[in-house]
Amino acid sequence: MMDQTRAPLYEALERMKSDRLVPFDVPGHKRGRGNPALTAFLGEQCLAVDVNSMKPLDNLCHPSGVIREAEQLAAEAFGAAHAFFMVGGTTSAVQAMLLSTLKSGDEIILPRNVHQSVINALVLCGAVPVYVNPETDRRLGIALGMAMPEVRRTLAAHPAAKAILVNNPTYYGICSNLTEIVQLAHAHGLRVLADEAHGTHFYFGAGLPVSAMAAGADMAAVSMHKSGGSLTQSSLLLCGPAVNEHYVRQVINLTQTTSGSYLLMSSLDISRRNLALQGVQIFEKVKNFAAYARSEINAIGDYYAYGSELVNGDSIYDFDMTKLSVNTLGIGLAGIEVYDLLRDEYNIQIEFGDLGNILAYISVGDKTKNVERLISALGEVRRLYKKDNAGMFESEYLSPEVVLSPQTAFYASKRSLPLEESIGEVCTEFVMCYPPGIPVLAPGERITRDIVDYINYAREKGCLLTGPECMDASRLNVLEKGKANG
Amino acid sequence: MDDLWYSEYHTKDVRFSIRVTQQLYAAQSEYQHIAVYDSPEFGRFLTLDGVMMLTERDEFIYHEMMVHVPMAVNPGIRRVLVIGAGDGGVARELGKYPGIERVDIVEIDEEVVKTCRRFLPGTACGFDDARMHLHFEDGLKFIRHTDSAYDLILVDSTDPSGPGEVLFTKEFYGNCHKALTAQGMMVNQHESPFYKEDAKAMQDAHRRIAGVFPVSEVYQAHIPTYPSGHWLFGFASKGLHPVSDQQPAQWARLGLATRYYNTALHRGAFCLPTYVKEALEQSE
Repeated sequence: MMDQTRAPLYEALERMKSDRLVPFDVPGHKRGRGNPALTAFLGEQCLAVDVNSMKPLDNLCHPSGVIREAEQLAAEAFGAAHAFFMVGGTTSAVQAMLLSTLKSGDEIILPRNVHQSVINALVLCGAVPVYVNPETDRRLGIALGMAMPEVRRTLAAHPAAKAILVNNPTYYGICSNLTEIVQLAHAHGLRVLADEAHGTHFYFGAGLPVSAMAAGADMAAVSMHKSGGSLTQSSLLLCGPAVNEHYVRQVINLTQTTSGSYLLMSSLDISRRNLALQGVQIFEKVKNFAAYARSEINAIGDYYAYGSELVNGDSIYDFDMTKLSVNTLGIGLAGIEVYDLLRDEYNIQIEFGDLGNILAYISVGDKTKNVERLISALGEVRRLYKKDNAGMFESEYLSPEVVLSPQTAFYASKRSLPLEESIGEVCTEFVMCYPPGIPVLAPGERITRDIVDYINYAREKGCLLTGPECMDASRLNVLEKGKANG
Repeated sequence: MDDLWYSEYHTKDVRFSIRVTQQLYAAQSEYQHIAVYDSPEFGRFLTLDGVMMLTERDEFIYHEMMVHVPMAVNPGIRRVLVIGAGDGGVARELGKYPGIERVDIVEIDEEVVKTCRRFLPGTACGFDDARMHLHFEDGLKFIRHTDSAYDLILVDSTDPSGPGEVLFTKEFYGNCHKALTAQGMMVNQHESPFYKEDAKAMQDAHRRIAGVFPVSEVYQAHIPTYPSGHWLFGFASKGLHPVSDQQPAQWARLGLATRYYNTALHRGAFCLPTYVKEALEQSE
């Protein structure tokens, strides 16, 4: 057992400050003195530790001192064999997972409702996605977890697949049966990768779904900056015992900055210590906030704030009770419309709204009075804006037809077509509905009527469509005819 | 005698001080810091988070103006909801009306009521009336669960920077509208027009109330211990106008004793200085 009250990187920064080291190295703001306006804005404390790698502070690209110690403490706290501090967001952790597992042409099994960073990583490494059809809850209009029969069927049909990727949980808080997926995948020789962008708290809270490391997964990308409380863009990559950490480090260094931010890294160190020492109480509080809000929102009427009653033993194997997801179709408004009303009319910024749901992010930083405001504002939105819900989009799973690997399509010769004329063509770029940032189209997929209808409806409801070269997604890049081999 | 002074920053560059003879009480509740002092000039006074709430000497102005203005517009009011008002001053004034059947008082901090009962009996006596029903909970939560239940809502809040923050939000005013009967009115503590930060709070509150109620007016009173001494109240309703619907004769027949309020001052209180009118118009 290590001493989790320690925070070696933070302590080293404090030592550096008290030693009053004279800086003749970068960054050029020299503890903020060279940029008074920035120092006034961010604070002297902050600028004083925005420093470069040096012997007493170790080096993120080759950790052998305090960063290594801090990573070892994090590994122990998360039950991992090794932990990497990441400064390029969980996107960089996801990319490192995939790039250290897959080579060009390898197959990876994954659900369609993955984050865009997963498919971006496939563009980089040339691996081929094999999608498991996730069940969709028609009432809520959200993709669920992977059902075991589907996983088995896909494994049998793709015996050469190298890895399987699991969302643990989805943005909406839904978990697949990770433990059984790990057993099955390992029996077939596949590596299990977990996207735990929304799952940091699983490692610390009581009565929450199983974490990837506890389930025996090989790697996990963990957004410490979400439920863990560290600074935006800081993240962790966790590895199980069967993974060669030194190879993973080489892969990380292919794309990671050589000037890792000590603000981000120290925030990981301090947050890990906090979670290790206080995690149980912290997430108990968050669960209580969410449970209270769920019951009050359901009492308003027409809204559906869902919880563990959804659990069905398979495609919804478990539900993350810290999540506050609310279906809004009962008041005749799309989630994105409620999301906009809350911000524009009530000065409340929530995490996201999709076509049928909103998600309010509840954390240790919340106060009772703000939870009351959210509930009351939802009551007012219903009282003032409720309308007939006829004509609301009934979301269905749009099963992608993968024609080419994302990498082949992305780098192929292409031409631009108006959206309406692109039906039947092979798309060479991403289309994401943001948030939550899950692809509607990925490079290499066939464009269909249903997909074009979905894009039009999402845009009309005020979703931001991102990804295409054409910024408003009114045109799409498609494969040149006869250039399928790009 | 020791030279002891209570000071409050009305802005970061303006300080208001009262010489005190002693601090009678100081404690941190779950919500705020509560203190009570004795002073030669203003008598006993209560502060929350270092902000003056009431003094024995001038509290009558605030409490009379909050209660008698709406009561003179509709003397037939029977059911009243009061948010905040843990000192009992509003309850005391409401208690003077025999026609009122029930008053629900929702104060988030029970410690404020306990402290006032102990040290400020001149206002806390208002709670002794059997028609007064105290609820210690969040005002926004309480009102969310009510529908067309009250003829009058009085919002006696702290500043928007403290626990009173939720009582300045659009969702709160919207829920007040829902909780009122068809002839319902709402009066709220509306901050001050003079110093910049208070004026911003005044404008924000006015904009939000005007977005919810068809009638939204502002009136003033002179309260020596509040920042700048120039204080505002909001009058909002579903239809009744505070001046053209005023019932001076009916109110006079009640024969209530007041020290600040009278039926002529009622009309005058709605005549605002030009700079205040302009600031309110800008916010609409």
